[in-house]
Amino acid sequence: MTSAPARGGGRRPLFGVLGGLGGLLLLFLLLPVVGLVSTSSLGDVRAGLAHPLVAPALRLSLFTTTLSVALVVVLGTPLAWLVARSEGRLARFVESAIKLPVVLPPAVAGLGLLLAFGREGFLGRLLAAQGIGVPFTSAAVVLAQLFVSAPFFVEAAISAFRRLDPNLLVIARTLGAGPLTVLFRIALPLAAPGLASGAALSWARALGEFGATLMFAGSLAGRTQTLPLAIYAALETDLRAARALSLVLVVIAFVLLVAVRSARSSASEQREPA
Amino acid sequence: MLDVRLEGRVGPLSLSAAFDTSRGPVVVTGPNGSGKTTLLLMILGVRKPARGRVSIDGVPLFDSEVGVDWAVEARRIGYLPQTFGLFPHLSARENVEFALACRAPRTPARSRRERARELFADLGIGPLAELRPSALSAGERQRVALARAIAAEPRALLLDEPFAALDIGARRHVRVFLREYLERLRLPTVIVSHDAKDAQAMGGTIAVLEAGRVVQAGAWSELLESPASEFVRELTT
Repeated sequence: MTSAPARGGGRRPLFGVLGGLGGLLLLFLLLPVVGLVSTSSLGDVRAGLAHPLVAPALRLSLFTTTLSVALVVVLGTPLAWLVARSEGRLARFVESAIKLPVVLPPAVAGLGLLLAFGREGFLGRLLAAQGIGVPFTSAAVVLAQLFVSAPFFVEAAISAFRRLDPNLLVIARTLGAGPLTVLFRIALPLAAPGLASGAALSWARALGEFGATLMFAGSLAGRTQTLPLAIYAALETDLRAARALSLVLVVIAFVLLVAVRSARSSASEQREPA
Repeated sequence: MLDVRLEGRVGPLSLSAAFDTSRGPVVVTGPNGSGKTTLLLMILGVRKPARGRVSIDGVPLFDSEVGVDWAVEARRIGYLPQTFGLFPHLSARENVEFALACRAPRTPARSRRERARELFADLGIGPLAELRPSALSAGERQRVALARAIAAEPRALLLDEPFAALDIGARRHVRVFLREYLERLRLPTVIVSHDAKDAQAMGGTIAVLEAGRVVQAGAWSELLESPASEFVRELTT
């Protein structure tokens, strides 16, 4: 009898403590963005964007991330489909293995790529025989981005494929559709919002890639110096340029966040009628 | 005629079923979890039985003894799950045209559209052709799903709980419609239903499944006269 009001009374201070702790973290998470925005004026941004490091880095980042995300989607979609459709031990192993780049420190990944593709590496020697050198080229930038960003897309794609109503895939086959028709006409259109949201996350990760790129591709202006590397380089010469580039990345990050959210909500709408 | 003789394991159940459609539609009935839907999936080729044979008009689609096991898409068995399984990203007409395109990829789009229109007219759903499944009632979805199944020119038809998604008012009406439509189609048909009234109304043969086993298969009157188990007695009274 007495416990009910006591519980109700006890909830308010507890709520205050939990809310205070959570709010503290939330404020801290917003701090970098606030720091960036509060210390820059429009004139600063304009002057910063005119810095000679900015345009090449912007162009390179746009080009390499587009390429790496395209590779992630083209190679990752079949993998996600196969993993989502099978229940075997191999599929479960692949599912854990794909998470490796998320937990592996980017610098370690960069060193690993450098050793594999370097002159002494097994892949490097093979390519060197053909006159191809990968490290410290734009190709190395793309490979570093591919490595770190792939898990975000593949994981999202696996769960999007798993959420499909299995009845729909069975029915398509009873109607005479072969496996490819089922994939392209039914599974892909229905999983599209989930795939798009995964691609956006993966793009964001590729765009922010720093450590692996630095180790494997270096920081050569115009060739391997992407936006994050240009920010680091600009920090030594012109803070305004570093700040302007950072703001560009903040804006892109917010756009991607909104894109992911809207893709998710349209995915849940589509599932509703079934 | 669809002839089914299957044995297999489904989780803790050992499934064992034998019936044929020589006396009209077979209604498979039984309590929840007795293996009804699994049985349908085995006939479709989605799940593999341990032993047995499934044949249509004498042609084996599955035969464990001689190693015959046709792929789902080659069996040409129409399937309507409980929720009818319309593709939500396609309109009613596109759902039907998908089936037409799968069965005959070379036919021109114009004749596919014409055939879809015929099917919709035949099922009395012409005005719904351009709507998405989410805009249709359960009864309308069922008719579109039927049109789509028929468009693929199936050799047999499996309906899983065709009345479960309908409200009580629609049920009686749909029972009459479905019985007449299936009679007209003259396709071997298996209907899964947990409802005794549906079984009585639809079935030439009623196959009662208990814990994976068909304990009795026969006309309603036979079940009524000599029930093979307590469950069958309860079902018929």
